[in-house]
Amino acid sequence: MSKTTSGTVPEALDVSAIKKDFPVLSQTPHGKRLVYLDSAASSQHPQAVLDAMDDYYATSHANVHRGVYALAEEADRRFEASRLAVGRFIGAPQPEVEVLFVKNATEAINMVAATWGRANLQPGDALLLTDIEHHANLVPWLMLAEERDLELRWIPMGDDYRLDLSDLDRLLSGVKLVACTTMSNVLGTITPFARIAEAAHQAGAVVVADAAQSVPHLSTDVRSLGCDFLAFSAHKMLGPTGIGVLWGRAELLEAMPPFLGGGGMIRDVRRDGFSPNVLPWKFEAGTPPIAEAVGLAAAVRYLEDVGLDRVRTHEVALTSYAQEQLAARFGDDLRIFGPAGTDERGGVLSLAYRDIHPHDLSQVLDQSGVCVRAGHHCAKPLMRRLGVSATARASFYLYNDESDVDALADALESAGTLFG
Amino acid sequence: MPGLEDLYREIILDHYRSPRNRGELPEPPAHRAEGFNPLCGDEVVVYLVVEDGIVKDIRIAGQGCSISQSSASLMSAAVKGKAVGEVRDLIRTFKAMMSIHEARLGDGDETTASDGSGPDGEEPVDVNQLGELAALQGVVKFPVRIKCATLSWNTLSQGLDEAEQAS
Repeated sequence: MSKTTSGTVPEALDVSAIKKDFPVLSQTPHGKRLVYLDSAASSQHPQAVLDAMDDYYATSHANVHRGVYALAEEADRRFEASRLAVGRFIGAPQPEVEVLFVKNATEAINMVAATWGRANLQPGDALLLTDIEHHANLVPWLMLAEERDLELRWIPMGDDYRLDLSDLDRLLSGVKLVACTTMSNVLGTITPFARIAEAAHQAGAVVVADAAQSVPHLSTDVRSLGCDFLAFSAHKMLGPTGIGVLWGRAELLEAMPPFLGGGGMIRDVRRDGFSPNVLPWKFEAGTPPIAEAVGLAAAVRYLEDVGLDRVRTHEVALTSYAQEQLAARFGDDLRIFGPAGTDERGGVLSLAYRDIHPHDLSQVLDQSGVCVRAGHHCAKPLMRRLGVSATARASFYLYNDESDVDALADALESAGTLFG
Repeated sequence: MPGLEDLYREIILDHYRSPRNRGELPEPPAHRAEGFNPLCGDEVVVYLVVEDGIVKDIRIAGQGCSISQSSASLMSAAVKGKAVGEVRDLIRTFKAMMSIHEARLGDGDETTASDGSGPDGEEPVDVNQLGELAALQGVVKFPVRIKCATLSWNTLSQGLDEAEQAS
């Protein structure tokens, strides 16, 4: 819930105050201020999230769902309250049954492939993916395609680093499922997801959103996105590792077979079979990540208190500043793989600087306390499309400011000097 | 805490900027071996001509970071013209240097094992034998980069196996 109404300019973030909320940012690697520019891989935690998890463990831990004593009831209450908070955050119409806690976005997508996919896809059926997907939204489908002999089709990326939808209707013809990212973890590209989903539904396909990069940064409403499934991870949105979310439309989840078998997901077990529990527990076998759910809800509260529209406005301004500074200081020596401007992109800058290898770049930047990620970013097909084996990627969040961008630019300059 | 000067020695930067024995060789007579570092996408291709038990010629292709590429270049210069047995010894010595515990390369002598042996009771590594290759010993202080330095050596080892099987 944002503090401002739409149509007004949101109040600017007080980033120096926000930085103080994140204990890790007071670390000084190599004696330098920590400049954390790797939030697209994993974000940092405000004290409020750490406190919420500590408090849960210190006062309220017991196993959920089966205890008939006050402590267990409190654990259960906090766990289910977290589900509702997360559901509200993404506009879920029925959060109490549609929000499934899983390990991360990867597991969420694997769950859709293994359950909905196996129940609904036959040899020869077609799936539509895109050129810019993360391996988490590729490999589960490649595995299923191999198992079921499915046809894979691809929405191409244009030279402007955006999805090229000019051939979308033909690509969608006869497709059973579309799996698409809402924001590229490499390019920052925000995809025209709602448009793709609408066309996909007209073609009779089910639509999966890999929203791991967008839920932390953009206000999300599953109904306006038009997806049938939405996957994201807590650890990219100020929450803990070990927990993610699969949201699915209730009628689809009802019809799907269970994923993992075990305690909690059953209504009855006999020697000759079992009947599954009702939603959402049908998909939550075993003791769930309870403290992590509490931590995720605290992260959601933190983001709601700040206001996601303010976060977005801040990141747009910071991305724009970074684009200007890097262009002014490095000119053609530095290339950014991603859309120009800031309208349809997030705060993710994949860089090539001269011919310095991204690993060398990242190593030199580390000496200045600047953390960027170097590598293929779990998007090898996209890397091949870009014609590179790796990039160095700087990504921004609400705790970054212009001084962090300046530190990045200074560190890039020292890398340039070292490698001549 | 190790500094960048431990990693990016001048010899390393020189071999990165001006790699030796860069290119390809026709197969046959050359044997070709490929090595990948799936973590970072580094790729080294070693072309090897072995005649009468001697590494007559070697070329290096592929792409990657300064450590993987300079290590390949230094390696090519070190093994060209050497007997296969000597080359295998050098591979062992180099890989032993790359597996020395970080503490043994620290500033304080007191951290060095008194018998000078490597881990698992291996023979002590005499980096003086390694000549210019010793410039790469600083890589050990940056554990995530060790695989970059050893990539070409593992690929060479594989190429030697193939060359010897074929002969």
